[in-house]
Amino acid sequence: MHLNACGMVALVLAAAAPALADTTLTIATVNNGDMVVMQHLSPEFERTHPGIHLNWVVLEENVLRQRVTTDIATRAGQFDIMTIGNYEVPIWSKQNWLHPITPAASYDVDDLIKPVRQGLTYKGHLYALPFYAESAMTYYRTDLFKKAGITMPDAPTYKQIRDYADKVTDPSHQIYGMCLRGKPGWGENVAYFTSLLNTFGGQWFDMSWHPALDSKPWHAAVDYYDGILKADGPPGATSNGFNENLALFASGHCGMWIDSTVASGLLYDKKQSQVSDTVGFAPIPKGPYGRGPTWLWSWNLAIPASSKQIDAAESFVTWATSKEYIALVAKQNGWVAVPPGTRSSTYANALYQKAAPFAAFVEKAIETADPNGQTASPRPYHGAQFVDIPQFQAIGTQVGQTLAGTLSGQQSVDVALHSAQASTTRTMRQSGYLK
Amino acid sequence: MSTTVATEVPGRRFGRKSRRTGVTLPLIAPAVVILLIWSIIPLVMTLWYSFQHYNLVDPTQTGFAGFDNYQYLLTDPDFWSSLINTLLLLGGVLIITICGGTLLAVLYDQEFVGRGVARLFVIAPFFVMPTVAALVWKNLMLHPIYGVVSNLLRGIGIAPVDWFSQVPLLTVIGIVSWEWLPFAVLILLTAVQSLDHEQREAARMDGAGPIASFFYITLPHLRRAIGVVVMIEMIFLLTIFAEIFVTTSGGPGVATTNLAFLIYARALLQFDVGGGSAGGVIAIILANIVAFFLVRSFARNLEV
Amino acid sequence: MRPSIAKKIAIAGLGWGIAIIMFFPIFWMFITGFKTEVDAVSTPPHLFFHPTLQSYVEVQQRANYWLFALNSVIISVGGTVLALLLAIPAAYVMAFFPTHRTRGTLLWMLSTKMLPPVGVLIPIYLILRAVGLLDTRTGLVLIYMLMNLPIVVWMLFTFFKEVPREILEAGRMDGAGRMGELRHVLMPLSLPGIASTGLLSLILCWNEAFWSLNLTSSKAAPLTAFIASFSSPEGLFFAKLSAASTLAVAPILIFGWLSQRQLVRGLTFGAVK
Repeated sequence: MHLNACGMVALVLAAAAPALADTTLTIATVNNGDMVVMQHLSPEFERTHPGIHLNWVVLEENVLRQRVTTDIATRAGQFDIMTIGNYEVPIWSKQNWLHPITPAASYDVDDLIKPVRQGLTYKGHLYALPFYAESAMTYYRTDLFKKAGITMPDAPTYKQIRDYADKVTDPSHQIYGMCLRGKPGWGENVAYFTSLLNTFGGQWFDMSWHPALDSKPWHAAVDYYDGILKADGPPGATSNGFNENLALFASGHCGMWIDSTVASGLLYDKKQSQVSDTVGFAPIPKGPYGRGPTWLWSWNLAIPASSKQIDAAESFVTWATSKEYIALVAKQNGWVAVPPGTRSSTYANALYQKAAPFAAFVEKAIETADPNGQTASPRPYHGAQFVDIPQFQAIGTQVGQTLAGTLSGQQSVDVALHSAQASTTRTMRQSGYLK
Repeated sequence: MSTTVATEVPGRRFGRKSRRTGVTLPLIAPAVVILLIWSIIPLVMTLWYSFQHYNLVDPTQTGFAGFDNYQYLLTDPDFWSSLINTLLLLGGVLIITICGGTLLAVLYDQEFVGRGVARLFVIAPFFVMPTVAALVWKNLMLHPIYGVVSNLLRGIGIAPVDWFSQVPLLTVIGIVSWEWLPFAVLILLTAVQSLDHEQREAARMDGAGPIASFFYITLPHLRRAIGVVVMIEMIFLLTIFAEIFVTTSGGPGVATTNLAFLIYARALLQFDVGGGSAGGVIAIILANIVAFFLVRSFARNLEV
Repeated sequence: MRPSIAKKIAIAGLGWGIAIIMFFPIFWMFITGFKTEVDAVSTPPHLFFHPTLQSYVEVQQRANYWLFALNSVIISVGGTVLALLLAIPAAYVMAFFPTHRTRGTLLWMLSTKMLPPVGVLIPIYLILRAVGLLDTRTGLVLIYMLMNLPIVVWMLFTFFKEVPREILEAGRMDGAGRMGELRHVLMPLSLPGIASTGLLSLILCWNEAFWSLNLTSSKAAPLTAFIASFSSPEGLFFAKLSAASTLAVAPILIFGWLSQRQLVRGLTFGAVK
């Protein structure tokens, strides 16, 4: 067999070709604004990575979670890349469902903000790359505060917040001093409530996994939550989740709102908010305990171990979470629209600071979120506003329903917490955590 | 007429089993066989899983569970209230749609200007996806602050009602009724239109007023159609899920948790396949009990 | 005896009043699709506003509506046609040649429908994965056909029973065999009934939002997945959701309205007599 130069080149190319052959990546993602931007920018990725085509499956959060969990648990292999939260990453990496990712040096892994990176690391390896991250903060109306003669301190306490809410509430003009999540759900009212609970000195489980729902901090936190919402909250609070409260604040009905930092960009955007020039930012308030984990959630890109296109998938996830991607979004949509919360370099950037005056708050909130920190008493689980066990979705939703019941006056706090304690204990026993 | 046919065409008689099985089995076989396979395989698998510990995301839970999954669901303090809510939802929507459907069918059978278009409007809600319908009602219509209904109430001086907090179950019943009323109207209108006009005229000539005519002529004629509506609605109303999930998530407390939502919240949310399967079996048993009672009231529908 | 003018006005008023009330939420959803996001949640809600096509543009940019719509059409029509093909002969036999077991079979068929899909998701998912039918239109058509078969059989059975036996016997006298009887006599007579059953099955398939979301990902995803891509993200979404829903509802609504004239014409054995 006589191989001339052309033949050699052809052989070499043929050998290299499989790596560059046309691959299609199926990406499952949530329908939040930043992900939609990522979808819009996929021609950019396909241009710089010829041979890889992107196929998008965009769904709302609950549907997405069900879909990808079913898929990864049955190893069906429908998706090459999944968008999951820092709730799933530890649970799934323990099962070896995810493929560890080792980005190149140019990716600058150390640029990732520490708590965010920690949440995605298991046994020293990264099992997902963060796309955007959020903590929580307090939003308030500067004009309403001025009218009532209040100045928001640099580090408000919940006691002060209650005082301000009482002063600002004006139901006759449909202004409600405090808007908080009330819709039942482990990711809705329970997410906020858990952060409240932590700073009141409470926790979900003690070191031997006994639920602590009947404890004094729980009573104190529920009393505070019910008290402020009943006095200063909007009607319909029990069916208001993040979106409903965002709509309320953006249309001028809330005096204050404590919720995720992603709302900052939305409230600041003239196209999405009627109060864009009168929204003020403050850190999340502190309760009697004064410390404890606050709030950390990140949406991350992960590769199922059952994917058949690991290399291509890795090239995408590193692209979508890189500094270059952030710069790309900045160029297309402005710095205010870049995915927040993942890299220190974003926050060090002067242009970003100028476009997003709330940036410093967000960065501080994420850095001090302390999801692995301790609560007043030691705890056997991680997570700031959730508990990182698979049963938490069910437990959280059930307790969330009970919380909503106390808010609407259906149950007294004592009865409610007692029954919540009993039902959580049942579930823990059923799942084998408690013997 | 029929006797003449029978005697004039020997051998072709109704009801002779041997003749019938030869010809009709091929006609009925495919549907029934497929349905049997379809219903048996998932049923068996569901039964199997219901006796296992099988959690999709927690592989540490394995092994034979005996009746553990059933016990877990049946001893849930919210189980009985969820059953009651299921039946209340079913009953409420059935009553509203059957009564409303019958009356509306009679109404839209009458001639009036633009009847065709009005009919289309009435039937339209059935075409909208339940998730979308629930979102529209919850946020655009009923929201106490920016909903249309609340602003209308405020406009005439009444304080807006916090629907999903004060009367949650009733509100969910209302939304589901809005979705299913068109279906009832459609079926019942079809039946009313088939009512012999001569009969009605004859009754009127005999001096029967509209109300008597309604009760003694229209209603009996509609019996079979009402039976169809009841049976079909029952199938769907026993497993209402999307509307509850979108609006109240089963709350406040467990005011709007029905059996389907309970199964979702206790088992499926934690990907507990064993628990979910046990819930499925319990739901089938409940459905069969309800069907039994409903069939007894509408037994004529099954006159064979 | 012609009804009085007052009565006619009352009937028209009632007929139109109820129709408007029933249709209002859909109308509102339709106009919200032309508002900006901020406008969609304004207090008080605006009936008159500056319309914009922005939401429709964003919707089409994000998801290819036509692909989803095509999938919906194929899956719904396929599932309905298959179900009718199987159900017509079965209902025919049950209606005209009943045995003591017919009632039991009918009830059994209905009770299979009562298995809540949530309980059986994982087994079905595993089966479809094993035969390679995940995310395929074929897989969904099969599931939908099986899902609707009990209802289709039941409804056809009810409509067939309305047809008087005399008509069929008249046909038999003319020498038609069983199949001929079915095709040339029964079906034309009960066309409205078959049509309304078909329409019901079509609507149920179109709006089915459990199997369609869990058994598809990208290639076979129908309009229900399209909607799920616009509902409840983080942020204001009502204008976009309204636009997407209008797009999703429009085909089936128009089709339903066009065919509704057929349905409500009613069973015509009055004319046959």
